[in-house]
Amino acid sequence: MRNFEFFEPKTIGEASSLLVQYGGEAELLGGGTDLIIGMKDRTVTPKYVISLEKVPGMEGITYDDTNGLWVGAMTKMRALERSSIVRERYTALAEGAEEVGSIQIRNLATLGGNIAHGSPAADTAAALLVLDAQVNIADGNGERTVPIADFYLGPGQTVLQAGEILTGFSMPPRSAKSGSQYLKHKIRQVMDLAFVGVATSVSLSNGTVADTKIGLAAVAPKPIRATNAEAIITGNSVSDNLLQQAAGAAAAQSSPISDLRCTAEHRREIVAALTKETAMTAVARAQV
Amino acid sequence: MRKHPISFTVNGDLQELFVEPRKTLLAVIRDTIGLTGTKEGCSTGDCGACTVIVDGEPVTSCMMLGVSANGKEVTTIEGISNPGELHPVQQAFLEKGGYQCGFCTPGFIMAAKALLDDNPDIPEDEMRHALGGNICRCTGYTKIIEAVLSAAETMRANA
Repeated sequence: MRNFEFFEPKTIGEASSLLVQYGGEAELLGGGTDLIIGMKDRTVTPKYVISLEKVPGMEGITYDDTNGLWVGAMTKMRALERSSIVRERYTALAEGAEEVGSIQIRNLATLGGNIAHGSPAADTAAALLVLDAQVNIADGNGERTVPIADFYLGPGQTVLQAGEILTGFSMPPRSAKSGSQYLKHKIRQVMDLAFVGVATSVSLSNGTVADTKIGLAAVAPKPIRATNAEAIITGNSVSDNLLQQAAGAAAAQSSPISDLRCTAEHRREIVAALTKETAMTAVARAQV
Repeated sequence: MRKHPISFTVNGDLQELFVEPRKTLLAVIRDTIGLTGTKEGCSTGDCGACTVIVDGEPVTSCMMLGVSANGKEVTTIEGISNPGELHPVQQAFLEKGGYQCGFCTPGFIMAAKALLDDNPDIPEDEMRHALGGNICRCTGYTKIIEAVLSAAETMRANA
């Protein structure tokens, strides 16, 4: 690893000023599980590394029935998967967090890092999409909030501007009649990247699905919502035939690539299969 | 490049060091402090050989900067036994032959210890999954799993 200057700012403003001052020569350090690997193989060679660990208020999970869930950007994946409120009400997010790396990695890796990195295959991205997450962004002067669907621009690219820092995620409260699931297709059970990731969230009302959200990861230049499939399910009671139609619509809306992991055609088939399965599970969980 | 003063404990001993920011926690433990029980395998977080326990949780020390250990409590393989008495996980690996070349063993033992400290009643399938971040290239894992199951039994009895 090349040497670098290391900073541990105590406020967002200080961190933001350092980012502006050093521009393209600086990198933010969250959990380090992407950055440190990149620095070792010299695909990333910052002269300045700015750790966010000492900035107060960036780590933690809070919930109340009015405001819903807030997760700080520096919150570890392991904390998310262990949180009872996340497991109960925001299940897909706990399941996404749990799919990242190993326990040792999840004790370092942060939710903010998983998203700010801009990977279309991020395990928590599909979950955040279907749980209506808002991304909290700050610099020294103020804050802004961006829906997660608008946060990504393309592979490795996000709306974060120079000096801006992702500080956390807010998700609205969820009704008792709601359920969600994230499923990841992979070869190894642990320590694998997603071939395809699908999250589905539903809420039920009088036996029909009042709201459906389906998020797809690793099958487009950025994590996307399968809005055509959502429209097929919403307003109806679920049946095998309906879910089959929705699965086909989700596959059609995806735009995967072929790579060393698998072909685009295979990825589309997996999108269909996981869409159906996550929708069935989400409905079953909403009924409990 | 400016070195940073850090102060943290390793196996209960206070360490006050000046470290280059680019040194990983693994490098600080092995090269600066001289505790070589913790191993460097892949150096990309995939193999788990470098597992140590930081503030009660297992982490891959090759993926953490030494400067980030400032103020924390680190436990390595050297710190889990008492004089003349191995930790139950170490004892079980010895009795069950849970190793061949031994290179992955410290990482496996630290990961297993953290897991069983958290839940000595963990079902076998969950235990296997939870140890998925540790790779052994010799054994085929059978004896390792037997050792962890045996250690769990001992730790339940001692609880």
